[in-house]
Amino acid sequence: MAKNTPSFALSEQEALARFDEIIAADERIEPSDWMPDAYRKTLIRQISQHAHSEIIGMQPEGNWITRAPSLKRKAILMAKVQDEAGHGLYLYSAAQTLGIGRDQMTEDLISGKAKYSSIFNYHTPTWADIGSIGWLVDGAAICNQVPLCRASYGPYGRAMVRICKEESFHQRQGFEILLHLSRGSKAQHDMAQESVNRWYAPALMMFGPPDAQSPNSAQSMAWKIKRFSNDDLRQRFVDMIVPQSEVLGLTLPDRAIRWNEKRGHFDYGDLDWDEFNEVLKGRGPANSIRLERRKQAHDDGAWVREAAAAYAARENKEAMAS
Amino acid sequence: MSSPGGTEHDTWPLWEVFVRASRGLSHLHAGSLHAPDAELALRNARDLYTRRNEGVSIWVVPSSEITTSDPDEKDAFFESPKGKRYRHASYYTEAEGVKHL
Ligand SMILES: [Fe+2]
Ligand SMILES: [Fe+2]
Repeated sequence: MAKNTPSFALSEQEALARFDEIIAADERIEPSDWMPDAYRKTLIRQISQHAHSEIIGMQPEGNWITRAPSLKRKAILMAKVQDEAGHGLYLYSAAQTLGIGRDQMTEDLISGKAKYSSIFNYHTPTWADIGSIGWLVDGAAICNQVPLCRASYGPYGRAMVRICKEESFHQRQGFEILLHLSRGSKAQHDMAQESVNRWYAPALMMFGPPDAQSPNSAQSMAWKIKRFSNDDLRQRFVDMIVPQSEVLGLTLPDRAIRWNEKRGHFDYGDLDWDEFNEVLKGRGPANSIRLERRKQAHDDGAWVREAAAAYAARENKEAMAS
Repeated sequence: MSSPGGTEHDTWPLWEVFVRASRGLSHLHAGSLHAPDAELALRNARDLYTRRNEGVSIWVVPSSEITTSDPDEKDAFFESPKGKRYRHASYYTEAEGVKHL
């Protein structure tokens, strides 16, 4: 595939002008359109990171499938984790339309070259963590993802539409887990509260560094990949979860939270970005475990991939011969 | 001309998936996936694209078999219908107000 040679007698300048025109008109860029290299690279990085996050994200929750407290919760959790696998695959496909191979992306993840969301480098020691992940982590993901449905790159936007449809169940099941625990025995209530205390700040940090320290945001917004800034999305999320926490009968571990009449938003406290950067650099509680597990699963599956490919090749040959 | 998505160096080829949501509707493009052969492509497509009753029938097509028109050639390629508004019912205004027409 000749990706970046504008065909049919369009000069590079004309091609760029057409690209800008499409973006300005709020239309979508499709795989075979000409696009600037930086746009392609930004998308490959963002979409593959997003895909990796969905795949790695299966681990902290998969951790509880065998120990879910009832058959119903087990079935729900399996369906959710299976959805996350699906999300990863939709996104890998979207990234592939930009010219990067699936095997390459897997390799980049396993080698540690590619990043994924830091949130999945935290442990899930209690059942309430499955509730907190659904409510806060999927909740934050939804805030991030809904505007991405309108991302200027067609295949990315379409993958996000499919993902968002499935996410709402994820958030609700998490909320329900916490609600039941919160209304249960004192020990159950405390377990829910302790878990929310741990997940609150990391969930807020999922939106990325403050706008002032997010140098690539402006370009992404100009390209209409991103529609809202990190801080805007974070604020939207805080405004959502404060009233929800009241319904849950749980508190958020942030004394600075209060309604700001003037702004029409909830104020909230500063976040510990040093911790965020530590986790990002690979020094979080579970970074090495997550990658180790992913690598092992990939290695363990090697014989299946090879056998299936060999079988397909033989069938092909027989079909050709007959 | 190029095929949508997919690079040559992956272990398994890429397939495009089309799903018929219910009887009476066309198969619509749902997305793509990797699989070693058509049979497994169908099974993977079922697991990936119809976990919530989204379909009653699936087509899978090797991505490499799809030929697309050149997007840069768009203007010339789709030129013919332009300026032919008479191909639309809305062109014929004199029948305005006449019933069942
Ligand atoms: Fe997801
Ligand atoms: Fe989710």
